[in-house]
Amino acid sequence: MAPPTAVVSNPAVTEAQLYLDGVSVAFDGFQAIKNLSLTIAPREMRAIIGPNGAGKTTMMDIVTGKTRPDKGDVLFDGGRHDLTRLDEAAIAELGIGRKFQRPTVFESHSVADNVLLALEGPRGPFAAMFGARNRIAAGRIDEVLARVNLLDLRAKRAGDLSHGQKQWLEIAMLLSQNPKLLLVDEPVAGMTDAETEATASLLKEIATTRSVVVVEHDMSFVRALGVKVTCLHEGHVLAEGPIDEVAANDKVIEVYLGR
Amino acid sequence: MIAQRLLAGIDRSGIVFLLVLAAALTLVPALNLLTPDASPVHVPTYVVQLLGKYVCYAILALSLDLVWGYCGILSLGHGAFFALGGYAMGMYLMRQIGARGVYANPDLPDFMVFLNWKQLPWFWHGFQWAGFALPMVLIVPGLLALGFGWLAFRSRVTGVYLSIITQAMTYALLLAFFRNDMGFGGNNGLTDFKDIAGFSVEGQGTRVVLYALSVLVLAGCYVLGRYLVGSAFGKVLVSIRDAESRTRFLGYRVEHYKLAVFVLSACMAGIAGALYVPQVGIINPSEFSPANSIEAVVWVAVGGRGTLIGAALGAVAVNLLKTLLTSGPMAPFWLFVLGAIAIAVTLALPNGLLGLAQSRIGGKPEAVKRKAPLTTRIAE
Repeated sequence: MAPPTAVVSNPAVTEAQLYLDGVSVAFDGFQAIKNLSLTIAPREMRAIIGPNGAGKTTMMDIVTGKTRPDKGDVLFDGGRHDLTRLDEAAIAELGIGRKFQRPTVFESHSVADNVLLALEGPRGPFAAMFGARNRIAAGRIDEVLARVNLLDLRAKRAGDLSHGQKQWLEIAMLLSQNPKLLLVDEPVAGMTDAETEATASLLKEIATTRSVVVVEHDMSFVRALGVKVTCLHEGHVLAEGPIDEVAANDKVIEVYLGR
Repeated sequence: MIAQRLLAGIDRSGIVFLLVLAAALTLVPALNLLTPDASPVHVPTYVVQLLGKYVCYAILALSLDLVWGYCGILSLGHGAFFALGGYAMGMYLMRQIGARGVYANPDLPDFMVFLNWKQLPWFWHGFQWAGFALPMVLIVPGLLALGFGWLAFRSRVTGVYLSIITQAMTYALLLAFFRNDMGFGGNNGLTDFKDIAGFSVEGQGTRVVLYALSVLVLAGCYVLGRYLVGSAFGKVLVSIRDAESRTRFLGYRVEHYKLAVFVLSACMAGIAGALYVPQVGIINPSEFSPANSIEAVVWVAVGGRGTLIGAALGAVAVNLLKTLLTSGPMAPFWLFVLGAIAIAVTLALPNGLLGLAQSRIGGKPEAVKRKAPLTTRIAE
């Protein structure tokens, strides 16, 4: 585990589930994230919007350890963990789950096996060969599948699920990890209206016990979530506040409609 | 208890496979030892030896299938682990010759006397004892796989890049073992073996025992492999093959899994090589040649990847064909035939012979069900 950082006396840090301050990263001279600061409280749900190239996915890459920032602080769980020093697996173990834009489930495994691999517990090769991972009770898997309405499909190959079902299965896998923070990238892309509605209420329910960050293009979905919105543009925060306020912001309108 | 757990995951094709191995284990030695030479059902000793060689190839193919078929690591250098296991056994066999060599030197193998060496190099010490040489059969390939895999997987080298460096690894070893200074007999390798554990390597009984051991080891590797791919470990391997970054973000240390399966696979390949050498009577640097490793990949593709049984089947089928064709007028064209087989399987049989057999019988192939042709999967 990372040692406690020096800034823990700052209440902005200690009270935050996720704390980003002055984060910058450039790829081959392209400044993807520019002095980005963002704070997510425990059990807060936040929607992040922004045009293509605003740095939404790069921000998630930084939080989950895929990309190292050039500078800035990325702290988790009241400043207890410095995420810039950890790799993906360690960050996942701390309790940060990530849902990809394209639904990413293990297609050749059954629905139940997808959850089996995601459930909390030891993740080393030996635990998986002969140990605990092979003794996970079916009840625990079913409990998770019931929450996302996939219980009847538990034996089905995940690759045979519909697009919306895959999105849910991925959310179920994240829940199985029992994370403190969920990063969800475009959860309703390609979903029907009914599925979108069900997803919104599922995410709201999840946010009662943990922090959720949702990146989304679909404005009606963001409206349905009814949470604080952060608009990113060219790698930094352009506007932050309730959706109506952000949507009325001149700079936001300019960015979305072109200048 | 342990046996029960190991055997629990074996499906119907697995039972058929083990029954075939049991038949091969009993019938071939019986027909060789108990029938007179003139009998129409007599299996001549050279056939026993040939079959033993195929079975060693089948073990190599199975080991390759574990890393390629299940974890997506296309190793084009698995022949190196096979050859290292073979050299470890070869060194033991060389030391058994004792003073019976051409130069009658009790300590030094002939090639060392020929090179005017005065004493045994340090790394040859201990190989006169089976109790030392046999663990080395596992340890040497295992350590190479550990070092190589640790560097490659930690740096997240994947896909064709990984394949290319595995190829470079075996090629580098090929060049190294060609050098006389390396102390492994250079170009000629190790040969002229006399006996193994006190029995003549040429003896009919020894041949039959080596063959039977090979079949038993193949069965053992299959049962262990089958257990592993059925366990959560195997499921994580497949997850890595299909969606590596998803697996990482779920909290799995992908490099640890790759390393574990790569080392295990290298050890299996090492055993295959060690069983091979006393049966063919020689080990030389050509076993490291990149073409050998690529041929092993073709066996696995022909038999059906991600099935274990298919790999073994493919190794025997392709080598049987090779024996038949290279001993007749088709001999100069063998490599063309092999190439044609590789292309045909890529285009027409993505699940290999086993997939074909299973779909004929009506069962579902348990192999990779993705539709993309083999070539694009290799390119990934």
